[in-house]
Amino acid sequence: MKAKNSQNNDIIRKVFIYVFLVAFGIFMIYPLLWVFASSFKSNDEIFKSISLIPKHIVTNSYFEGWKGTGQYSFGTFILNSITLVVPVVVFTAISSTIVAYGFARFEFPLKTILFTLMISTMMLPGTAVLIPRYILFNWLGWINTYKPFIVPALFGTTPFFIFMMVQFLRGLPKELEESATIDGCNSFQILMKILIPLCKPAIISMCIFQFIWTWNDFFNPLIYINSVEKYTVSLGLNMTIDGTSVVNWNQIMAMTIISMIPSIIIFFSAQKYFVEGIATTGLKN
Amino acid sequence: MSYNKKRNLMGYLYISPWIIGFLIFTLYPFAMTFIYSFCNYSITKSPVFIGLGNYITMFTKDMYFWPSLINTIKYVLMTVPLKLCFALFVAMILNIDIKGVNVFRTTYYLPSIFGGSVALSVIWKFLFMDNGIMNKFLSYFHIHGPSWLGNPHISLFTISLLSVWEFGSSMVIFLAALKQVPNELYEASMLDGASKIRRFFSITLPMISPVLLFNLVMQTINAFQEFTGPYVITGGGPMNSTYVYSMLIYDNAFRYFRMGYSSALSWILFLLILIVTVIIFKSSNTWVYYENGGR
Repeated sequence: MKAKNSQNNDIIRKVFIYVFLVAFGIFMIYPLLWVFASSFKSNDEIFKSISLIPKHIVTNSYFEGWKGTGQYSFGTFILNSITLVVPVVVFTAISSTIVAYGFARFEFPLKTILFTLMISTMMLPGTAVLIPRYILFNWLGWINTYKPFIVPALFGTTPFFIFMMVQFLRGLPKELEESATIDGCNSFQILMKILIPLCKPAIISMCIFQFIWTWNDFFNPLIYINSVEKYTVSLGLNMTIDGTSVVNWNQIMAMTIISMIPSIIIFFSAQKYFVEGIATTGLKN
Repeated sequence: MSYNKKRNLMGYLYISPWIIGFLIFTLYPFAMTFIYSFCNYSITKSPVFIGLGNYITMFTKDMYFWPSLINTIKYVLMTVPLKLCFALFVAMILNIDIKGVNVFRTTYYLPSIFGGSVALSVIWKFLFMDNGIMNKFLSYFHIHGPSWLGNPHISLFTISLLSVWEFGSSMVIFLAALKQVPNELYEASMLDGASKIRRFFSITLPMISPVLLFNLVMQTINAFQEFTGPYVITGGGPMNSTYVYSMLIYDNAFRYFRMGYSSALSWILFLLILIVTVIIFKSSNTWVYYENGGR
């Protein structure tokens, strides 16, 4: 009797948990679903009800929104974002892996101090270096180009990623490298042929994070990019909501969705690495 | 050259990109922020040393300095505790072994992948407009919703909720930590008859405290620098109620081109963040538990 009671309690408890989890899940993603649904609603309908199903399906909001407000279409902004983000991701992955290899596998004087210094810059607020960096890039003539994003990526300027790679490399057995050394591999060959293939999960999660953070970044493009033809998606989207006098809500919703699609695709295609990546190393946002 | 010396040199070679990057993009700008902060410097003319002039101006003459600083502190105090409590609470529920738990984890994490983006800010703006969907929802319960973004008393709170909504990444970190807590501890305490609340405060919280510290520090540093939300959603209004400190820095630097003054403002924010971080770390000696005794 007692056993049956506790079994019943267990079921009730589980039902409660599921109800809570589902309700909370709806609450969490309703805003995202609502924007998606609204992009198919007519402008009059969007704020009339909280329903997710359009009464009259409008399909031209994506087409019309895509044209943008002025002479540049949303396609330009997307292409710009890709031109900016892809080199940043590639260079971050290369530089962070190489630097992490140095920290994880070599002994040299001052290593501990340099490593601590690198970790502590993780906590340095961006505003502390903001203005001189801008002045430096301005002096170099890099304002209104993507160089302020791409060049620093070559130099491992996101210590979080170096730290993440160091942690990962430390977890790999050294025996493989030792036998490769005996076979006559030099340290760079070891990195390229043995370690990088083993580091694939860490490298992939680094690329995902860097892609999404750079894609969604607003502040840096805002200060470094000033001509509309070079606007990234986030600048374009901000301009769209600022600039529309005749409010075409559904077009704004449609472009909001468009701007989120790359992150969504990456998130769902690489989910495994994603959650592992943060779980093991912690995260910025 | 001996083998060891060569290895030493190789190590430096591999980390050299970071060393160069650190010197050019971190150390040099960091030092220059300090130097510029004592200068009158618009980007077109060379800097002129004016001593403490910028600091005196901000504390005595700048009518936006104190309000933006107070807004920022309020924002941090509203966002960080709420976000962390949410993240921990949900992580604890998701730590239970039930079917489909991954689906929920993904769902709750989803808003975080757009963290701090213009897209989420746009969504927030539309949800909380006067005739927005939030008030529509409340009207079904015959509640006349407030003007979430138009009322200066609650606008900052409305914006801080946006950041709370993005609790997913903190949640995942908590979840990883919760999985590390040895089950024997719970079993032993159950035999001793400890209540659920007691177990949470005596086992769970101490065991995950290092991760709590990490989340607390990172979220605090981020919240002090919040920009996109207030800038996109309200542009600092109404009545400057969401005009946060980083907007003050932005306006001075990139709208008025007062680089020296803006550097001084940045320096104050840096000091403030530093002090708060140090206080959190100092206090952590009393509440963070390390299994190896902190060594």
